[in-house]
Amino acid sequence: MVNLPVPPSSGSASAPREWAVLPYDLRFPSDVRFVERAVELVVDRCRSAGFPAHALAFNVRVALTEALSNAILYGNREDENKAVRVTASITDAGLVLEVYDQGKGFNLDECTNDPTRLENLLREDGRGLFLMRRLMDRVEQVSNGHNMVRLTLGRT
Amino acid sequence: MSFAIHKEGEVCVVSVEGQLIVGNRQELKQKVLDEIERGERKFLVDFNQTGYIDSSGLGVLVSLSKKIREHGGELRLTNLNEDLKTLFELTKLDTLFQIAETRERALESF
Repeated sequence: MVNLPVPPSSGSASAPREWAVLPYDLRFPSDVRFVERAVELVVDRCRSAGFPAHALAFNVRVALTEALSNAILYGNREDENKAVRVTASITDAGLVLEVYDQGKGFNLDECTNDPTRLENLLREDGRGLFLMRRLMDRVEQVSNGHNMVRLTLGRT
Repeated sequence: MSFAIHKEGEVCVVSVEGQLIVGNRQELKQKVLDEIERGERKFLVDFNQTGYIDSSGLGVLVSLSKKIREHGGELRLTNLNEDLKTLFELTKLDTLFQIAETRERALESF
């Protein structure tokens, strides 16, 4: 297993400042067969920490699956020598999930594909980021020394 | 997670048990393609036992829909729970697929 760079401390950039209740940190090889188990581990911890069950059952599961898939398929290009890392925290803002990969990075702002347009409806790909944005309150990219996507969802 | 396939009359019913996501989407695709190869043309995917679907799972359904149509067949979906309905509505795939409330209604519609 490759050790990924240590994520920024809570005081850096726009990171939430009050980590609480749930510091959870999981890393696994870049193989899509691990995604379901990784999602369940994170969701179980969040449920134990009291995060609303319905949001975990759907929004968080789907959005985290998308983020992990992107990290494995497009970030690490399915190189099993590269790891994917996910951290979970519950803050005043809600649930914060951060997914790290070891790829070359990408520009989230350039990913504006709308899969609901008629000409895109029959495409087999292109719905992942769209779903993350629709199911979570915020999707952000941080690329200072590592590639990370942060997903935030409020408690309500 | 698993995919069970059985025949009801002329219809091949595919039950998705668990998730339909990036880690198992190819398994579903291959099973249905094998059935097409065997001559099956009418398919119903039943989500009664399904947890959640991700974009890869949706992509496979789109892919299979096209493939089945190319062979002159039909694909229907049934038993979507409220979350899955939301997913299809968000992506507007509810306009692409024929979705029935129950398995019985779906079977009658072929």
